[in-house]
Amino acid sequence: MRIGACIVLLTAMAGAALATEIPPDQRRSGYSFMSPDTKAMQDEDTANPGMLSVLDGEALWKRKAGSADKACADCHNDARVSMKGVAAHYPAFAKALGRPVDLEGRINLCRTNHQQASPFAYESRELLALTAFVAQQSRGLPIAAGDDPQLAPFVDKGHALFMQRQGQLNLACANCHDDNWDKKLAGSAITQGQPTGYPLYRLEWQSLGSLQRRLRACITGIRAQAYDYGSPELVELELYLMSRARGMPIETPAVRP
Amino acid sequence: MPSALINVPKKAKRGDVIEIKTLMSHIMETGYRHTASGDVVPRDIITSFTCRFNGTEVFRADLYPAIAANPFITFFTTVTESGKFEFEWIGDKGFSETAQASITVE
Repeated sequence: MRIGACIVLLTAMAGAALATEIPPDQRRSGYSFMSPDTKAMQDEDTANPGMLSVLDGEALWKRKAGSADKACADCHNDARVSMKGVAAHYPAFAKALGRPVDLEGRINLCRTNHQQASPFAYESRELLALTAFVAQQSRGLPIAAGDDPQLAPFVDKGHALFMQRQGQLNLACANCHDDNWDKKLAGSAITQGQPTGYPLYRLEWQSLGSLQRRLRACITGIRAQAYDYGSPELVELELYLMSRARGMPIETPAVRP
Repeated sequence: MPSALINVPKKAKRGDVIEIKTLMSHIMETGYRHTASGDVVPRDIITSFTCRFNGTEVFRADLYPAIAANPFITFFTTVTESGKFEFEWIGDKGFSETAQASITVE
C-alpha cells in the first residue's frame, strides 16, 4: 500500500512543473504543521525538552576550557546581551576561511582559536547545548542571514544544490519543499523546510539535533550519499535555507515530530 | 547533565486543584537495542518517580522501557496549606535526582 502510494506521489511530482518558489506571504514555519499537543510542548519552557539543553549550554558558556583557560563568558560576557540576534545572521562569512560557517562551526572556531581547546564533535551533547543556548538568545527575532554581499556566491551555490535532483529517487529538495509542501508523505506533513528552530528537539530522535543532521536525514531519504558533517555543501544549503526564510522569527529550541 | 524543569504554581487558593509538570533529563535507554557489533546496549532508565508534599507522598509512578527519553510527568493535586513539593527520580546505574518547589496557599 505504502509503496503504491509513494509511486503515485512520485509520479505526480515528476509531472509537476519544477520549482516555483514560495511567495513570502505563504511561508510557514514547521510549527504551523504540528498537532496542538506538540505545539503546546514547544510553547511552554517547562515542557520543552530542548530547554534542558539550553540550561546545559548556559553552564558550558561559563565553564573555562582549553589551555587558554577561558570561558565563552570571559570574552562575550552575558550571552543575553552579547548573543542577542547573533544566530539570526548565521551562517556568516568567515574572513579567515574565505567561506561561510554556521553557528556550530563558529563555536568550534572560537574553541580552537581563542580557548585553544579541541573542537566539539558534530552532534555532541556539548556542541548542541552551546548552539541551542546561543540561538535561544535570538528567539522571536527575524532571520537576517545572507545579507552580506560576500555571501552571494555561496547562497547561489546552496540554491543550486536545493534545485539539484539527486539520489536513486532523483528528487531535489525543491520537488518536495517548494512544490508539494501542502501535501503529505506517508501520513506526515511534507512542510516547507524552513530552518526556524534549529537546533531543535525532534521527538523521533528523542534528542536535540542540528540542521545538518536534518539535511543529512533528508538526503539519505532520497537515497543519495549524504555530505559529511561540516562539509561546505551542507553549510551552503543551510545558508540558502536561512536566506529563504529571511524575516521569519527564530524559534530555537523548537520541537518537531 | 541531569537537570529537571519543574512547573508548580507559586500561589493557590485553599483547596484548589493545581497542575504540576515535571521534565527530567534522561536518555531512557531501553536495553533492547544493539550496537553495530551486536552487543546489547545495557538498560538505563528511570524506574521510579515520587512527589511528596511537606513529607507526605502525593504521587508516585513506576517507569518502564517503553517511556521516551526525558520523561515529562504531569499530575493534579490539591493543596490545603503552604509548603514544599519534593520530587525524586530513581533509576538504573545508581541514578538519583531530586528537585523541590514551594507553594503559598492563601
